[in-house]
Amino acid sequence: MSNNSKLKILTNGFLNENPVLRLVLGTCPTLAVTSMASNGIGMGLAATFVLICSNIVISALRKIIPDQVRIPCYITVIAGFVSVVQMLVKAYVPDLDKALGVYLPLIVVNCIILGRAEMFASKNGVVDSALDGLGMGIGFTITLVVMGSIREILGSGTWMAGLGSLIPALGADFAIQVIPESIDPFTIMTSAPGGFFVFGILMAGATWLTSRPKKSEKSAEAVEGGNA
Amino acid sequence: MEMALKLASIFFTMILVDNYVLAKFLGICPFLGVSKKLDSAVGMSLAVTFVMVMATAATWPIYTFVLSPAYAAGTSRDLGYLQTIVFILIIAILVQLLENFLKKFVPALYKALGVYLPLITTNCTILGVTILNLDNGYNFVESIVCAAGAGIGFLVAMVLFSGVRRRVEQAITPKCFEGLPITLVAAAVTSLSFMGFGGIVDAIFKV
Repeated sequence: MSNNSKLKILTNGFLNENPVLRLVLGTCPTLAVTSMASNGIGMGLAATFVLICSNIVISALRKIIPDQVRIPCYITVIAGFVSVVQMLVKAYVPDLDKALGVYLPLIVVNCIILGRAEMFASKNGVVDSALDGLGMGIGFTITLVVMGSIREILGSGTWMAGLGSLIPALGADFAIQVIPESIDPFTIMTSAPGGFFVFGILMAGATWLTSRPKKSEKSAEAVEGGNA
Repeated sequence: MEMALKLASIFFTMILVDNYVLAKFLGICPFLGVSKKLDSAVGMSLAVTFVMVMATAATWPIYTFVLSPAYAAGTSRDLGYLQTIVFILIIAILVQLLENFLKKFVPALYKALGVYLPLITTNCTILGVTILNLDNGYNFVESIVCAAGAGIGFLVAMVLFSGVRRRVEQAITPKCFEGLPITLVAAAVTSLSFMGFGGIVDAIFKV
């Protein structure tokens, strides 16, 4: 396989096959943790780690795992890596553990990971699967950060608050004040309805971006058929 | 009496205030995927409620009496780190058992739920409710009530939203909003209406 197609596997996840906005996978953590941009980074990195590791292991075992029991096998592999991430986060970034709460163990049932295992890793080689995992993970992280930024800036007026717990050098109460404190923030953006709303707008934006230059009719169907 | 009040308060909080779909963002995939038609929405929600209660009934004792660090205190073993793996396997086994059982003994229900059963394993509400019950320190009865409330809450959200969705689908929207994006905006409005329930349960069942 040429370098060009390897690059394509990697960049596919950024926009064209963005797991959240185009394939509509992993919507639960996307909505739940993006009330702050820094939570988005933490969640994105944790999911990327699990995605790469489980893609590698599943792709290496794809000829050994019997077809009938493949889903339980995949889930066990994924759950193993999620436990590893859970322990690492608990030990080194306890604040992030508190912020993500139940959504950290719930990476197990994040459909992006099982979806990529089923759609990609079970049919492709180890290197390609690792690249696919990395690309999808980056696409997921970018989406979470963009969404978290919009919600945080509108909802609490700050940006990247809580980043200090990820990068200790920044200090514990690091935050960039975007909207002056004298203006009341639009609090609803950080709660549930704001999450749905921003997600809808972003998804419409992604559809517009990917379907506009080509003027193809396929894009609307791709969005519609992605969820199950 | 106090016990009953507490249970009722947990039950209604799970349905109205802490609704898993509209307030906690769990189970969004089936919420968006299966809420197009009323009957499939009801079928999916009933299957989810059933598995949720069963899964809680199975995982609570296993965590408390086998895995929990408190139980293992004083001995050399601490299996708490196995929680995620054990729970997801229990849920997968439970769903498989349930499928076989229904197929053999209640074929009518199996046919009605058939398609949705396998999907439930990866539904995050199930794993979510089992973990949150333990995080909240509920006892066995409270956990079961909480799971039932979460299931009914899921049903309420699905049924309400399938109605909203039928209207949305007939509306004329900009091209890029067609399909899911406009559905999500509609979900935002539905979720906004549920925010109005905040505090209502505490006020009614003051324990």
